[in-house]
Amino acid sequence: MISEILQRSINWIDVRFPVTKLWKDQVAEYYAPKNFNFWYYFGSLAMLVFANQVITGIFLTMSYKPSAAEAFGSVEYIMRDVPWGWLIRYMHSTGASAFFVVIYLHMFRGIIYGSYRKPRELLWLIGMAIYAALMAEAFLGYLLPWGQMSYWGAQVIISLFGAIPFIGEDLTIWIRGDYVVSDVTLNRFFALHVIALPFVLAGLVVAHLMALHEVGSNNPDGIEIKDNKGPDGIPLDGIPFHPYYTVKDMVGVMAFLAIAAVVVFFMPSLGGYLLEHNNFKPADPMVTPTHIAPLWYFTPFYAILRAIPHKLLGVMGMGLSVGLFALLPWLDRGAVKSIRYRGWIYKLFLSVFVVCFIGLGYLGMQPPTPVSTMVTRILAVGYFGFFILMPIYTRIDPTKPEPERLT
Amino acid sequence: MKTIMGHFFGLFFLLPAIVMGSEVKVPHVAINLGNQVVLQKGARTFHNYCAGCHSVQYMRYNRVARDLGIPEKIMKEELIFSSARVVDTMSSAMHADDGKKWFGMPAPDLSLIARQRGTDWLYAYLTGFYLDESKPFGINNTVFPNVSMPHVLAPLQGLLEPVHDDSEESANHHGASANFKMVKPGLMTPEEYNQTVKEIVTYLAYLGEPTKLLRISLGIKVLVVIFIFGVLFYALKQEFWKDVH
Repeated sequence: MISEILQRSINWIDVRFPVTKLWKDQVAEYYAPKNFNFWYYFGSLAMLVFANQVITGIFLTMSYKPSAAEAFGSVEYIMRDVPWGWLIRYMHSTGASAFFVVIYLHMFRGIIYGSYRKPRELLWLIGMAIYAALMAEAFLGYLLPWGQMSYWGAQVIISLFGAIPFIGEDLTIWIRGDYVVSDVTLNRFFALHVIALPFVLAGLVVAHLMALHEVGSNNPDGIEIKDNKGPDGIPLDGIPFHPYYTVKDMVGVMAFLAIAAVVVFFMPSLGGYLLEHNNFKPADPMVTPTHIAPLWYFTPFYAILRAIPHKLLGVMGMGLSVGLFALLPWLDRGAVKSIRYRGWIYKLFLSVFVVCFIGLGYLGMQPPTPVSTMVTRILAVGYFGFFILMPIYTRIDPTKPEPERLT
Repeated sequence: MKTIMGHFFGLFFLLPAIVMGSEVKVPHVAINLGNQVVLQKGARTFHNYCAGCHSVQYMRYNRVARDLGIPEKIMKEELIFSSARVVDTMSSAMHADDGKKWFGMPAPDLSLIARQRGTDWLYAYLTGFYLDESKPFGINNTVFPNVSMPHVLAPLQGLLEPVHDDSEESANHHGASANFKMVKPGLMTPEEYNQTVKEIVTYLAYLGEPTKLLRISLGIKVLVVIFIFGVLFYALKQEFWKDVH
């Protein structure tokens, strides 16, 4: 009886809106390779974290006050006087870092299995746009608590635009709406953080999923499951996303939630890496902290900026270090996509890249010394070498033959 | 001459670290937020000696009363020395402009001082005052050089004078390991004073994050729930994936 009413309701909707078609196309009859491993959890986890940021963010805006006079106090009001406000705030602040952890692992998956290669170049580019929007979103949000690091971090990053010839200085004033970071800046950053960029992000995520479902998922073997279809037109090595991957992703979600809960409930500041000690001091435009560094997810690029002794070249170097990811589909000339069938040359370059990325991230958090600046420059060479030499080393790399079917 | 130059440059590079205060290495002091008696004693000392000048503007008296198990009537009689009601936030009577005039800077709000400086630093700071005739109040501090706050707890601790030791080792170990001798005893023995400071620091840690104990106890429950669901979803996944080869 109830199922009959339900079926009739769905039929009523289907005539007017393609709900069943959407469900089948995108989920129940979307065939994904059957050999996804650990690295394939991070796409769905990124959506989970995004949802977390949106929901906790909505509740934070109910009590947060985007004004220079009240912002810092309103965050403490949330932490103390708003019921469960502390939990919502910690979920949001931890979620920001978790977002980057998940996105970096998601990008690394794309790199090791060649997921950016044809026909997924546009999928990768949309992903890069999401990454850029996420960086902007995080930077804007970091000003909102209006602590010392919020204030001076924004001051430093905005001043980078001043390095652009001719228009630089005017551009920084246009961004801030003032000659220094002020109440005006905070107010507009709030608007961009809670309305503009979440819209951009949501739109890009939809585009990312549409592009993915058009070309189909890559897999750890880096071969196309669509090349081997059964008589029914279904890939022989494909399984429906639902229920197989929905149920598998839930296991990943639980593991992720366990780690996230450990941070949120037992170490929400993470020794100053997530909530910096100096950010518990209200913003003071008169007192410049001796050491200003962005949060960990920007430090690899920040280290490159600092290590280049010329301001404009430094800014360009930093921009390039982020932007080069977008060129990967055209830099990679390898005969195979997946690291499983790559040769030792590629693996060597990739290992150097990983070491350099982590090393730069660490050095970017530390106050610079002459020695660390030298080390940063060496690591920056390794970092850029991975991209710039890629057309050469991927071509001469002794690859192994790809299998016909998934292994 | 070379050594003097070396010291000079060493000092030059150390200066930012010394000025920052929190950069100075201080020994670890264990505190226990779960001990209500310690918190109550810390609150008593704090509100008698510190709260006259320092606000805790993000905390309300009745929240402290509830969390520390202090009846509101006693709170009002023993810990509130102004016309404030128990529902009010804990503001000091000293005006910021007066603080600037009298001490060179307003007394900082202490709501978040434990999260900013850390409890180890606060303990080292409150036990680190010593006589220094060159300063306006005749007082200096081992972890906060040229501090503008007078030694408010001197009646309890007494006054310490540094024992000068010109060896290189003590010059390198700024403050923390220098020797002191008591020149004017206070109402407390050194052990009692250290315990009192520990109580104040515990109270400040509580003020920095009043929900910390709730956070940790809730976290354990949340992890148990996540674990149970994790096992269930894993079993479900195994069941569904039986037919994938």
